[in-house]
Amino acid sequence: MTTPSVTRPKPDFQSQVNDVKRETVSLHISSSPHIRHGESVRGIMLWVIAALIPSLIASVIFFGFQALFLTSVSVISAVLAEWLISHLLKRPSSTGDFSAVVTGLLLAYNVSPLLPWWMVAIGSVFAIGVAKMAFGGLGGNFINPALAGRAFLMASYPAAMTSWKATGFGSLSGIDGITSATPLEYFKSGFSGENISELQNALGNLFIGNVGGCIGETSVIALLIGAMLLWYKKIIGFRIPLFYIGTVFFLFWIFNGSGDVFSSRALTIPLYQILSGGLMLGALFMATDMVTSPITPTGKIIFALGCGILTFVIRKFGGYPEGVSYSILLMNLFVPHIERYTKPRIYGEVKKRD
Amino acid sequence: MIKDELRRGIIHENPILVLALGLCPSLAVSTSLQNGFGMGMAATFVLACSNVIISSMRRIIPDKVRIPCFIVVIAAFVTMVQLIMKAYLPALDKQLGIFVPLIVVNCIILGRAEAFASKNSISKSLVDGIVIGLGFTFSLCILSIIREILGSNKLLGLKFFPGYEPMTIFILAPGGFFTIAFVMAVVRYLGNRRKGA
Repeated sequence: MTTPSVTRPKPDFQSQVNDVKRETVSLHISSSPHIRHGESVRGIMLWVIAALIPSLIASVIFFGFQALFLTSVSVISAVLAEWLISHLLKRPSSTGDFSAVVTGLLLAYNVSPLLPWWMVAIGSVFAIGVAKMAFGGLGGNFINPALAGRAFLMASYPAAMTSWKATGFGSLSGIDGITSATPLEYFKSGFSGENISELQNALGNLFIGNVGGCIGETSVIALLIGAMLLWYKKIIGFRIPLFYIGTVFFLFWIFNGSGDVFSSRALTIPLYQILSGGLMLGALFMATDMVTSPITPTGKIIFALGCGILTFVIRKFGGYPEGVSYSILLMNLFVPHIERYTKPRIYGEVKKRD
Repeated sequence: MIKDELRRGIIHENPILVLALGLCPSLAVSTSLQNGFGMGMAATFVLACSNVIISSMRRIIPDKVRIPCFIVVIAAFVTMVQLIMKAYLPALDKQLGIFVPLIVVNCIILGRAEAFASKNSISKSLVDGIVIGLGFTFSLCILSIIREILGSNKLLGLKFFPGYEPMTIFILAPGGFFTIAFVMAVVRYLGNRRKGA
């Protein structure tokens, strides 16, 4: 623990005496924390929004203005839902902290660009109304609202949620609504294990995001640019993304299906896996959510390892081609327990012997 | 008197929404109004009959083995319901499936036997069984109306809103939990407001 620093200049003795004489000594009694920082929820949320903008631009390039339209619908309905619910519950409106905007953005980034707009709106209202406000608003939610909205939509409209649009960039332009498989769907059903060069050729497109998928998840480079901003501002740490992506990479490297870990295949498969699907978006922006991830450093690592293992298990053995959203949601549920068991020892505390 | 008893069963001691008992069958069968109502009626019948028998035997049943005794009585009535249903309502029986025999271990029925019938007179137990059963049926109907409309856009098999694409999740178990939670919240809110006024 650091000792609280005295920010006020130390008043000289005489003025203290004067204070006592005038009996105007004002004592501020407040509970910890005593060290304050200029950062506010609103400030953090604005930085997160800024960090999500590159992905929005990338999605407009690859999927057209439909992506922008869906994102705006999602954001507007999230904010309206939050405003309406705080109004109905007669609570001070919390729309000013922009957290609903972040939820709306992230939800839109998690849906297919072909999804009807009203489905996005329903997902947003569910994310805000049930996953967040029903549990007491920002800070009270135990699962990531955007991912809860996505899970709700997945269970409600499975067909619409899994029809993907081919990217309009570098392919036939002027036609909208060509559906295509996502890289992970290809890996799960189309990839025979022989044509490894096809995966190698796809890596470049995966990195810039020129592949089918959810609105904001495809462009790895755009997500990384946003994440760097957040790392620079210290809004997200390195532990969760690094361990999450690292675990997925490691597991797909070891279990690459050939038994040989030093072939080119052994390196292509894990690279393909970490660059495709929602792993980057999930690991950088959603597993790092301040409310629903552990506070303790060890806890963060356990949380990220759990997310990575679950993602690997779902992708490799599960029925769905993609498992990032479910693995983060599942690990969100373990956060209170992880925090309880990784509570740091107070300085000087002697470990109890049982 | 009857009005008070009804109010007790349906509002103040509502098995699902206030006592939170019997949630398992509620989640499973409240996917359509027909199923919900059928289940509610079956449970009401078993509850009323078993309450009467258990109450009449309350002085004979030894305290140490009372739970097995209750279960035997309840199981007898559940078997009756099951056979009757199979004979006359085969479609409903098929829909409810395993949840008809599972009425045996429904905690509402065992709970009333333990908490009420084994301590009160036969007539009181009969009334208690009927009103609690009606409360169960009533809340099942509310839940299944909401879930059937939202989840399959139908009510009693008829199309409800034209042009609305149903949210499948409300037919699934998570939707059942959401519905129970929100109906419970509304009931609590109304109850608190009445108390405050």
